Amino acid sequence: MNIDSIHNGFVIDHIKSGQGMVIYRLLHLEDLDCSIAIIKNAASSKMGKKDIIKIDANFHLDLDVLGYIDPDITINVIKDGQLTGKLHLELPERLTNVITCRNPRCITSVEQEIDHIFKLTDKENRIYRCVYCESKAKKQR
Amino acid sequence: MRNLIDIIDLTTAEIDELITTANDIIENPVQYQDKCKYKKLATLFFEPSTRTRLSFESAMYELGGNVLGFSAADSSSASKGESVSDTIRTVGCYADIIAMRHPKEGAPMVASMHSTVPIINAGDGGHNHPTQTLTDLLTIKRETGRFDNITIGFCGDLKFGRTVHSLIHALSRYANVHFVLISPDELKLPEYMIHDLLDKKGLSYSTTTSLDEAMPNLDILYMTRVQKERFFNEADYIRLKDTYILNKEKLRNAKESLCIMHPLPRVNEIAVEVDKDPRACYFKQVLYGKFIRMALILKLLEVK
Repeated sequence: MNIDSIHNGFVIDHIKSGQGMVIYRLLHLEDLDCSIAIIKNAASSKMGKKDIIKIDANFHLDLDVLGYIDPDITINVIKDGQLTGKLHLELPERLTNVITCRNPRCITSVEQEIDHIFKLTDKENRIYRCVYCESKAKKQR
Repeated sequence: MRNLIDIIDLTTAEIDELITTANDIIENPVQYQDKCKYKKLATLFFEPSTRTRLSFESAMYELGGNVLGFSAADSSSASKGESVSDTIRTVGCYADIIAMRHPKEGAPMVASMHSTVPIINAGDGGHNHPTQTLTDLLTIKRETGRFDNITIGFCGDLKFGRTVHSLIHALSRYANVHFVLISPDELKLPEYMIHDLLDKKGLSYSTTTSLDEAMPNLDILYMTRVQKERFFNEADYIRLKDTYILNKEKLRNAKESLCIMHPLPRVNEIAVEVDKDPRACYFKQVLYGKFIRMALILKLLEVK
């Protein structure tokens, strides 16, 4: 399978198999006008199978989204066709408008203009709670 | 500017300070009768209430202040679809402090993000009700003389009972408090309370479905109502509403010093015959609620 190498942009690597499309959606990559390659189920010596996303554009990459999905994802920064850096992720302390609160009793269920904000309440178990109603975030699919 | 959205917004020292002020108000009411002269409290009640709204209004009047507001969403612009943030920005132009009740969880927090005056959460759905917790704390202090070294039983709806959640949070700061959680399986304390608070802080607690079994060890029994408005399914409400009824017979094995509390309103979870028992503290609790709200208004308005 041949995919053109990218000139300026990012390679998001070591994505757990099946999570590629979730990241595509949460990063709103459908709004970009550049070349984007999503490679699903690529062979990986470390992970068995993995997904990879290549984006040929120098845009603001929301690291909070990626850190929330999986802090073990690696990001390669490409400039002029060369690997110029690697970004490492952490679990973000706060997420704003990345995920939505699903609690029908939460104020966010009736007032559309309110930001959906979640905070990390349990780092060990990667649990986020809505700052308004304290409901546990459900992993977005 | 301070708000009170959640009881954990207050430090232990601040809670102690509020209780000290409330006790002083009880002892010297005349000294407080003009403290809030020319100040206005807005009570924005998007959900019905008797005690909380009247308690706030009574508290403000006893401080010499004035009150404005509404007592149901359909008598406000919320019925026209106005957002919480717009309502709050508007009311902030008329009042010095706002007490707000809303059926949706987190609404007072949204209000506090847009308000120019202090916001007091007077209950947001099944979530928080910090002034009830302050009321409960003042009751415990006045009736038992302490916050530490107590065994407190929470009985009834521990799932949707916001007063229970907030009081457990508040008492978790004190030493040697043992929580006895008495409820049917369907109304157990939520997992996040057990995991994130009780287990994480290493607090002492036990769970049971039997009130009789728990009764002899309790210093405080906190009864709750199974709240019809929290159920999406009426059949579940009907099945669970009469699980626990406290009556004279049930109190036979209780301590003489037991303090029986209830956030009210009760339906039939405490038989009327218990009202005459000297251990029944729930109407005194209502009175204490007014005094602690007076103390809170003074603190948030920074009135000395």
